[in-house]
Amino acid sequence: MTLPTLLAKFLELIFGVTLMPLALLKYAFSNRYPGQPAFGKPKALKSRYDVIIIGGGGHGAAIAWYLAKHHGIRDVAILEKGYLGGGNTARNTAVIRSNYLTEEGVNFYRESVDLFGNLSNELSYNIMLENRGQLTLAHSDAAMRSLRWRAEVNQHLNVRSEMLDRQAIRELVPNLAMSEDARFPILGGLWHADGATGRHDAVAWGYARGACEQGVELHQLTEVVGLKVKNGRIAAVETNRGTIECGVAVQAVAGTCSVVADMAGIKLPIHSYPLQAMVTQPYKPLLNPMVSSPHVHVYIQQTSRGEFVIGGGSDPYALYNTRSTLEMKESLSAAILELFPFLGQARLLRQWAGVTDMTPDYSPIMGLSPVENYYLDAGWGTWGFKATPICGKTMAELIATGKTPPLIKPFELERFYRFEQVNEAGATAASH
Amino acid sequence: MTELNRLPSSFGSLIDHKQPVRFQFEGRDYNGYHGDTIASALAANNQWILSRSFKYHRARGILTMAGQDANTLVQLPNDPNVPADVAPIVDGLVVRGQNYSGSLQHDRNASIQYLSRFLPVGFYYKAFFRPRGIWEYWAKFFRKKAGLGVINEGYVASGYDKQYKFCDVLVIGAGAAGMTAAITAANAGAEVLLVDEQVTLGGALNYARLSADLSDNGTLRENLVAQISSHTNIELMTKATANGWFGDNWVPVIQGKRMFKVRAAEVIMCTGALEQLSVFRNNDVPGVMLAGAASRLIRLYGVRPGEHAVVLTANDAGYACALDLVDAGVDVRAIVDLRADPAPTSMSAADAISAIPVYKNSAVYAASESKNHLRGVEIRKIIASGECADDGRLIDCDLLCMSVGFMPTYQLACQAGATLGYDNESARFSIENLPSSVQMGGAANGFWNMDAAIDDAQRAAITATNALALTTSPLPSFNQEQVQVNHDWPMFAHPKGKEFVDLDEDLQLADIVNATLDGYEHIQLVKRFSTCGMGPSQGRHSALPAARLVARATGKTIAETGVTTARPPFSAESLAHCAGQSFYPARRSNMHHRHLDAGAEMLQIGNWYRPAYYRSSKDAAATIEEEAHQVRNGVGIIDVSTLGGIDVRGPDAAEFLNRMYTFVFAKQPVGRARYALMTNEAGVVIDDGVACRLDENMFYVTATTGGVDRVFQSMLKWNAQWRMDVDIANVTSAYCAVNIAGPQSRQVLQRICTDLDLSSDGFPYMGVRTGRVADIPARLLRAGFVGELGFEIHAPQHCGEALWDALIEAGKDEGIRPFGIDAQRLLRLEKGHIIIGQDTDAMSSPAEVGMKWAVGNKKPFFVGQRTIRELDQMPAKRALVGFEITDLEAPLPKESHLVVAGDQMLGRVTSAAYSPSLKKTIGLAYVAANNAESGATIQIRTDKQKLVNAMVVPIPFYDRDNSRQEL
Repeated sequence: MTLPTLLAKFLELIFGVTLMPLALLKYAFSNRYPGQPAFGKPKALKSRYDVIIIGGGGHGAAIAWYLAKHHGIRDVAILEKGYLGGGNTARNTAVIRSNYLTEEGVNFYRESVDLFGNLSNELSYNIMLENRGQLTLAHSDAAMRSLRWRAEVNQHLNVRSEMLDRQAIRELVPNLAMSEDARFPILGGLWHADGATGRHDAVAWGYARGACEQGVELHQLTEVVGLKVKNGRIAAVETNRGTIECGVAVQAVAGTCSVVADMAGIKLPIHSYPLQAMVTQPYKPLLNPMVSSPHVHVYIQQTSRGEFVIGGGSDPYALYNTRSTLEMKESLSAAILELFPFLGQARLLRQWAGVTDMTPDYSPIMGLSPVENYYLDAGWGTWGFKATPICGKTMAELIATGKTPPLIKPFELERFYRFEQVNEAGATAASH
Repeated sequence: MTELNRLPSSFGSLIDHKQPVRFQFEGRDYNGYHGDTIASALAANNQWILSRSFKYHRARGILTMAGQDANTLVQLPNDPNVPADVAPIVDGLVVRGQNYSGSLQHDRNASIQYLSRFLPVGFYYKAFFRPRGIWEYWAKFFRKKAGLGVINEGYVASGYDKQYKFCDVLVIGAGAAGMTAAITAANAGAEVLLVDEQVTLGGALNYARLSADLSDNGTLRENLVAQISSHTNIELMTKATANGWFGDNWVPVIQGKRMFKVRAAEVIMCTGALEQLSVFRNNDVPGVMLAGAASRLIRLYGVRPGEHAVVLTANDAGYACALDLVDAGVDVRAIVDLRADPAPTSMSAADAISAIPVYKNSAVYAASESKNHLRGVEIRKIIASGECADDGRLIDCDLLCMSVGFMPTYQLACQAGATLGYDNESARFSIENLPSSVQMGGAANGFWNMDAAIDDAQRAAITATNALALTTSPLPSFNQEQVQVNHDWPMFAHPKGKEFVDLDEDLQLADIVNATLDGYEHIQLVKRFSTCGMGPSQGRHSALPAARLVARATGKTIAETGVTTARPPFSAESLAHCAGQSFYPARRSNMHHRHLDAGAEMLQIGNWYRPAYYRSSKDAAATIEEEAHQVRNGVGIIDVSTLGGIDVRGPDAAEFLNRMYTFVFAKQPVGRARYALMTNEAGVVIDDGVACRLDENMFYVTATTGGVDRVFQSMLKWNAQWRMDVDIANVTSAYCAVNIAGPQSRQVLQRICTDLDLSSDGFPYMGVRTGRVADIPARLLRAGFVGELGFEIHAPQHCGEALWDALIEAGKDEGIRPFGIDAQRLLRLEKGHIIIGQDTDAMSSPAEVGMKWAVGNKKPFFVGQRTIRELDQMPAKRALVGFEITDLEAPLPKESHLVVAGDQMLGRVTSAAYSPSLKKTIGLAYVAANNAESGATIQIRTDKQKLVNAMVVPIPFYDRDNSRQEL
């Protein structure tokens, strides 16, 4: 340990943890940059791992971290075809919330939101969680009904959600267009005080860094090209860097999850649709909560950099392509100006897309698969990021114990054979 | 105030020296000329600072004079983040700098740069998180510092719109190459659209010299411009930015307040190249600018960019700039050439600059500043790539012009799917793998020699016209000899830092390297960890140095390292441009104004406006009660035009409906209607209506107001697979409809419908007839949503008002009155009719909602049947039941209040209302299947957690044997 690092540690001890920026002292007083490769040095692939995680996004990294941390399983390789967290972890708009509709869904996401609350601390990595709350607007009495349903279910399950009337909305977001003459007047809204946002990339990085510290190997630019199944078990994982064996394999990919599952001979009830979002230049802060309007298919938040991130519904047709479309940009722009007309002055900087794997019931597919030692963490549609911690935790428990934790039991692939869907259709539109 | 730096009128091709313009910057008045940009006019007045940088609040000024950087983003009252170097001045314009506290000159926040050593790359990931929750405190602090310009929340940009355009060939960029491509394509017979973001044609010809004596520029430009302006096949748009490339050559071009959406068969990108920075200490202070910026100031705006200058170069462009500076009377004190042994060219050997000392194999190692402006530079010998000798020479100057390399303007091409390759020899990125239908020519393609650039543009144009089958010409061969314009490492680390790689984000050289040392090695991770390239200029000047730095730090090639993805738009574009005119269709029935005249309180249902109720002297609740009472006891009329209508005709019509809906239609007699319930493949109820058989091969099917478009779409989708012999037409907007309901409805209708037998036998319940009502041709249907004798009359849309008037007139004696959907909802609830979407949800099966009777079990197939058969085998979990609350003191449950048992959620209320005719609260609710029998008690949790007991009762609540509607 270098002197400045020691000094910083010492000062931290003396002055207490609230003077956190002391952690930065070592950078200030080191002659050489005290960089520590966060994810270990690139290594050759071993011929076998106890656990192979296909997909190095937030989910894959989280599974690895909980495997290592909670279960002492460290002979783990994360295989990522691109770069760490470069898939939907990078592309989502970092909404964290638990105001879902079904009991199974709310319980699951509530646990996730709880884990997010202490995640920076746990990972020693600031994921910049900000509990700004989320407001979902109703422009029709049908929407009021469905939001009230969510509020009632959420409250019943100890999630902070409540219906707001127009006056309360005015006070919460004073610059929202509340005119009764608006094309779609706002009748009320659902306020989800637990709604939060964070730095999406940092979630994947923090988990991966923690996992790698404990011996997990992260292999970027390593693409799984085939899965060898023998006697109902995964015998080997074929990659662009050679074939490796594993005790178990888990797929934690997004955008192509039915394609990967297909390599193991598993058919998933999934259609994949592009989902686009866009961001403006930075402006001085004027909007604190996240605001969404399912009616005009748009949601917005202003980031800690001052940019407005704007998103909406999925593209209308299935496609494995992350191209952007002009039409979506036009419709998102028109929609957000219905809510915040003054944003016409804001300038767009970037537009991008991810591919969302949509299940028939808008809930994920997690747990066991028809292949004995192959686990599924799939079908994350537009709700994957917010589930990262709980997904990592429960999937790791499943891998370690072989038993499906009760929290994710309802999300098994089997549910589709049993006609026991967990339908979240009413709680996913344009809120993400 | 005199314009200290304004050159005589022989300079400044874009400004009109006869038209002065007065404007304000930072509260002071300034003069400029028509044609000036904010930045050029301020520069003429020796005002160089324009704004403060994002993170360190460093003073920033002109960098590119081309709107390609974040340095010049300024604040207009109703427009933040405006690029001052391209935004024109107009009389009375009020401009301020951005992102400072105090004054632009003395920004209190600038002290943060002295803390930069405490703020390593990604510092916010490394601290501020313990104890739990502390970040929220820090976040508020950081948030206050975030952002650049201020959005005026009181201002709404208006007048923006869109226009479509089509062309054979879209040429983007009207420099020498673009003009050549346009002329070549147009000569071949193509309809050409030529767009350029500048105010005038010519691109670099307007400011960059082709030769030492400048004469070549003028001749070439005039020649090309003359051909363009006289060519009938060429449409020209200047001040127009082709701002993105979308699938199938779909290109938004922004000009003024309009977004032109251009569909082009072929696109030729002659987008040129962007000059790049040298990275050294204080390379961002005002007074340090690109050579191109200095030349633009002089030649386009007639502004002397400084008094004493140093030129830093690695190519001819620097020498050309020196010539411009000398022309403008600037004292050029040195030319610093990064190259060890540059071969003399006609430009570098020009007489006019022969007296200027040239320091070869040398670099600007650091710049110094005073009062926020360049004061001098330190020149050092280069001893190795990126390394300088230990000492050097100081030269006082207030201007440093750099030209050390170019990056092709790759954004549009990469959006179209092209990739970037890097060639170590020429030290530049080149655009590769262009998709078909997209060509590229000129400097963007790496041709720096003007003749080659023009030849290349011709080649691109011929490729395009060949593809269009307008020509079958062989592609011309030409001298493709490369001119070396890029230095491979114009970056020099300084122990004190502040050598900026990314000016938008204040990222120093070490920040990029350190990101890789922290393990973020992939170029995308470097971007995401350091924020390099995330700022307003989207990496215009940071992509090249970052690629080189990351490659060297990670031991990869620059080609392998690459740059981050280029995403639309090319230049930042306002949301107002993207939105255009608000286009949310509003649908009004033909009787809309009759409702307004009758005092209707309108409500939006989807895109439709519908009367909720008709205002009277009483309050809303009492009015609604009266409307309902009138229907139950006399006659009422409601506009149901919003109901969906679909004509299904053809030999397979009945069989088609058999497949689409759960009920059976094959044997349905002509002249009869049947309830039609639709499920999806998961067996979930998604729509309902009635199917009216007007003829053996002709059904008119109604659908819900909100569902008809989806129903229609799904019918088309299924029939695309089934290929049945049917025509399916969504005729919703072709018909208007009213429902005249109540015990007296028959006698009223009889007065104006004389060609039909309306008697109970002649036109029974669920009968369908075509006839005339008030001489209007109509489809009549005896259905009973509200549970009284009633007739739905569907008539051609344009007859709505006439139909309405005739019925109101005919019912005068009976006191007919219109009723709205609030009364209708109450009436239908009394009858226990469900509303799809309100009383059903994403899991409702027909059995759950008591609709088993509407499912034809014997037919071989309908959408959802397979699932429903499975579900029928399984124990039911829940059921939709009617309930009543007889305790009149109990709070009225709201729709969506939960049905609970202890801490268990069993279901929810979907509809609830106080029924005046039944004198009790009634409703529909999902309850546990084992507690769904009539007489069972359920608990509803209402507002404030108050539990209300309700009793399950059979539905309908009203007129249980349906005798009234079947009168």
